[in-house]
Amino acid sequence: MALLEIRNVTRRYGDLAAVCDVSLDVEQGEFFTLLGPSGCGKTTLLRMIAGFEAPDAGRILLDGKDLAGTPPEQRPVHTVFQSYALFPHMTVAQNIAFPLRMAGRPTEEISRRVGETLELVHLGDKAHQYPHELSGGQKQRVALARGLVNRPRLLLLDEPLGALDAKLREEMQLELIKLQKEVGVTFVFVTHAQAEALALSHRIAVLRDGRVEQMDEPSRIYGFPKNRFVADFIGSINLLDAEVIEAASGHLRLSVAGLGEVIAPHAAAAGAGLRGAFAIRPEQVRISPHTEAPQLKNHFTGRVSSFLYIGDVTTYIVETAGGARIEALLPNSAPGRAQFFETGDAVAVSWRHDAGAWLGE
Amino acid sequence: MSDEAHTTAASRLTRRLVSGPPFLFLLVFFVLPGLIMVAASFRYPGEFGGLAPLSAGRPGEEAGLTIENYRVFFGDWIYAEIFAKSFGVAALTALICLVMAYPVALAIARSPRQRRDFLTLLVILPFASNFLVRIYAWMIILGPLDLLFSRTAVVIGMVYVHLPFMILPLYTNLEKHDPVLLDAAQDLGAGAWQRFWRVTFPLSLPGIFAGSALVFIPVLGMFAIPEILGGKDDWLVGNLIKESFLGTRDWPFGSMLSIMLTLAVLAVAGFSAWLARRGGGRA
Ligand SMILES: Nc1ncnc2c1ncn2[C@@H]1O[C@H](COP(=O)(O)OP(=O)(O)OP(=O)(O)O)[C@@H](O)[C@H]1O
Ligand SMILES: [Mg+2]
Repeated sequence: MALLEIRNVTRRYGDLAAVCDVSLDVEQGEFFTLLGPSGCGKTTLLRMIAGFEAPDAGRILLDGKDLAGTPPEQRPVHTVFQSYALFPHMTVAQNIAFPLRMAGRPTEEISRRVGETLELVHLGDKAHQYPHELSGGQKQRVALARGLVNRPRLLLLDEPLGALDAKLREEMQLELIKLQKEVGVTFVFVTHAQAEALALSHRIAVLRDGRVEQMDEPSRIYGFPKNRFVADFIGSINLLDAEVIEAASGHLRLSVAGLGEVIAPHAAAAGAGLRGAFAIRPEQVRISPHTEAPQLKNHFTGRVSSFLYIGDVTTYIVETAGGARIEALLPNSAPGRAQFFETGDAVAVSWRHDAGAWLGE
Repeated sequence: MSDEAHTTAASRLTRRLVSGPPFLFLLVFFVLPGLIMVAASFRYPGEFGGLAPLSAGRPGEEAGLTIENYRVFFGDWIYAEIFAKSFGVAALTALICLVMAYPVALAIARSPRQRRDFLTLLVILPFASNFLVRIYAWMIILGPLDLLFSRTAVVIGMVYVHLPFMILPLYTNLEKHDPVLLDAAQDLGAGAWQRFWRVTFPLSLPGIFAGSALVFIPVLGMFAIPEILGGKDDWLVGNLIKESFLGTRDWPFGSMLSIMLTLAVLAVAGFSAWLARRGGGRA
């Protein structure tokens, strides 16, 4: 039995279904992420798990027990709010002690566990400071410590890293992973940053307009997006309109707009004559001088229309003879080589016949 | 560098220009009169009331300064008693106002935003009619209840008049509370009472202090309510001071009383600030 079971949950605001018929399971000890663009219903779903909103339809079960009618203060579920929501009139230690006090723990136990948790988040020296005396990253840690100290069955995190700058964000991501492993508390994490979701999660549910579009492990979400929306939302990807010419047992023959015939891996949903899109990640596209003899079946010539030097890699935009724009990624691992091609260079792009995917409408 | 120096010089000038006039105003209309009053409290009354001319003392006595007024004050228990009674009435009024105002302020602060201004307007609406008329209205109410001319009547009148001064600062404070803090408290296991006692109440302490001061201090100076609603035993410091200036026309004595009152208020304020700091309350 899963720790958290969400069964056909719907929540409406007027005509708008903020969350629509969502079902998902979160396992004990899992780092589960709800990922989706702004307004897709992530916070609404989280607030229903925490108990601040009641579903209009569907059930939420924790340890097999229906949570309906249990107020937030009685759910073994704690939340880390995006704005941290630290109590400004309490010191760091008092903030962290709050859930223990509410649970009526004895004083010695409270001070011991507050001390331990402060160490866990590396804030041992800040115990007697007030929240306004802390940096953003430190506040973040206090909020985490406060949510974890009473060992909830489930910790909900609503875009907890949203307010941090990029460098700190990366640091906190690593710490979050470590922390979750150490305390073994199940995390339900909300973010609209796909890179963050990929880096942190055991499993991801991609949401759009209140519905789950795809739910899977990060590598599968990235490698095998189920549809155009997921493909486009996760990472960068080349998406080209395509029609299935032939669905053979091992592969597909596609007619791709601006390219022509492309061989792609087999897809269960594909049938001859169906329209959809061909999707391929930039790092799967090989870029080579046009003089080089074709080595792969999917091979198209074109010109570099622009490139973006990012540091570790350079992204080239190649315009093919047929008018398609293909993004290709080239690592800059060769020392002193920032870039191999110039704008206007005649090049070829190619990829293996088992790379890329056909996505139905 | 020079640019920076320029800005700081400019901002210093702005600061002076902005804070200058109020500062000057306070100096001319508050500090100087205060000093004059201190001086007056050490002098004699004039032959026909008011202040004796600087050149002369009491008729037939030497001119100059005297501590006579203070000797009278400390020589008779009656003054200490009236002070104690006044502070008692003021404290009781502030307390009752606080208890009555808190739910009102909380209700306004938690009502829909577009309704708050209207509700605030209702709180200050009584000010639109004359103060004395409203106090006389209380005579009509309290008369049949057999409460008129009693300490209770005085406190009722005081509470009635000063309630808005408690509601408004409390509301201003409560309205600023971030509602997510209550969500966080509830999420972390706090029931309704704990949420109030551990979050709302401590965060509202600055509002409580402000409101209490705005009620406590004016009550001490209030003379109309004790005079109209109170009995002969219910004279407060305000009546005493008013009587010194307007009744017996003994300005030096009135000045002395005012100064003693100011000192007593400062002592109370200092004591409560010390209490607040010791209690860990962070305003
Ligand atoms: N209390 C409310 N009343 C009316 N509509 C609401 C309410 N709360 C949320 N909504 C609507 O429900 C939808 C989902 O909102 P929600 O806050 O869950 O989105 P989100 O995925 O958390 O977005 P973000 O990433 O911007 O935080 C939005 O369209 C929002 O306008
Ligand atoms: Mg949100």
